[in-house]
Amino acid sequence: MTEFWNWWVIVIVAINILGCWGLLFWTRKMKENEVEDTGTTGHVYDGITEYNNPLPRWWLIMFYITLVFGVGYLILYPGLGNNKGVLGWTQEGQLEEEVAAAKAIYQPLFDKFLKVPVEELANNKQAVEMGKRIFVNTCFGCHGSDARGNPGYPNLTDKDWLYGGNPAQIKQSIVAGRVGVMPGFEAMLSAEQIDELVQYVGQLSGNQVDAAKAEAGSKTFALQCAVCHGANAKGNIALGAPNLTDDIWLHGASSRSIAQTIRGGHNNQMPALGDILGEGRTHLVTTYVYSLSNSK
Amino acid sequence: MSHEKLETNIGLMGLMIVIVISFGGLAEIVPLFFLKDTTEPVTNLRPYSALEMEGRDVYIREGCNTCHSQMIRPFRAETERYGHYSVAGEHVWEHPFLWGSKRTGPDLARVGGRYSDEWHRVHLINPRDVVPESNMPAFPWLEEKYINSDLTAEKLKAFKEYFDVPYTDADIAGAKAAVDGKTELDAVVAYLQSLGHALSDKR
Repeated sequence: MTEFWNWWVIVIVAINILGCWGLLFWTRKMKENEVEDTGTTGHVYDGITEYNNPLPRWWLIMFYITLVFGVGYLILYPGLGNNKGVLGWTQEGQLEEEVAAAKAIYQPLFDKFLKVPVEELANNKQAVEMGKRIFVNTCFGCHGSDARGNPGYPNLTDKDWLYGGNPAQIKQSIVAGRVGVMPGFEAMLSAEQIDELVQYVGQLSGNQVDAAKAEAGSKTFALQCAVCHGANAKGNIALGAPNLTDDIWLHGASSRSIAQTIRGGHNNQMPALGDILGEGRTHLVTTYVYSLSNSK
Repeated sequence: MSHEKLETNIGLMGLMIVIVISFGGLAEIVPLFFLKDTTEPVTNLRPYSALEMEGRDVYIREGCNTCHSQMIRPFRAETERYGHYSVAGEHVWEHPFLWGSKRTGPDLARVGGRYSDEWHRVHLINPRDVVPESNMPAFPWLEEKYINSDLTAEKLKAFKEYFDVPYTDADIAGAKAAVDGKTELDAVVAYLQSLGHALSDKR
């Protein structure tokens, strides 16, 4: 605050406080004179007169107390222009204290757990519980508060992993995020070819399908899809291309949803959370996620 | 000055009342119009793109600010969940500001980048699809309605002329093309993804 605004605030506040005090004093003083004269204010309304009684004493004292409180507050806390206040209190300082107090509690725990590998830590009840709390706060929006996922967002409690399920891979997904892109094939494939592909993909998961169409679909698959999903359609964790031979379907298992996926593709993204969570929390969330599919 | 003079002279009394009640504002509000903290943008602040600006208008129209604040207070409980507390310099180009005072849903001051675009689309069309516990209303019409691009350039121009937001002539000239053919859903998602961009410490 510049010198001008500093004094602007100080002067107005001072006028305010002195003004209130003066007003109280003045009305009290005036009273005594007038009471001696007539005992009334001199107003007459249809023959009714108005007493000019002083303010009740307790009321007056409360006014004075608020003035004293105000002055005390301005001495102790920032408020009077650039004056920092005797206590040196600031919003930021209070926040830093809160953060430091929390850190003193949690940092030793994080440090302790960081030394333990995830596989081992997954058996530690406290660590898993802490990881769960962080998960519920941070990851619920997509994976659900029970970690069972939502349409388009993977279930983390099963053994099926788009990007791999060992602790290092899980941690990598959390820290750096993942971007999974499947291009749409609407422009490249005819409706018939797409239908054949749907039949073939259905066959891979063991559904009853039109064998002739599936056969034709397998050729298209080898040409267009095997690059990412693999020749055996088992997927590729380097790209996040799902395994198509199991019956886990991220974007819907019906022929309609599969056809929709082939036509329009998908652009699925997991945001990077490494900076947000920090090392200690990331380790605990990894532990929790790992424990979901690896507990005895 | 006696009571009588004041009480029988309504003009004088009005004047005195105005003086008395403006004291608080003079000390508490007026200096803020001239302080560096509250009038200068933080370093990384950039103006909303044309699409984000339209998204912001949709956000206002749908009343999102009724349930979502955009103001992270400096308490640990908030900075842990949402990231760095909000600072005045982030909001100098907000007209009107959308700080809000009620949180039925979470604060959105730093929601940008926290979820994917696709997540926002699904979530706005039907929140229950991704968050089964959610009580947020669905906004399915956003996907079907297109942005009226005729006024976009005017909006940017108004922000430039009246609020000193540094839009270039190229921004204004390209505004219509930037939002043509975009749905309201596209615009809101773009707006949400821009929130909090000036300070990267977000939760």
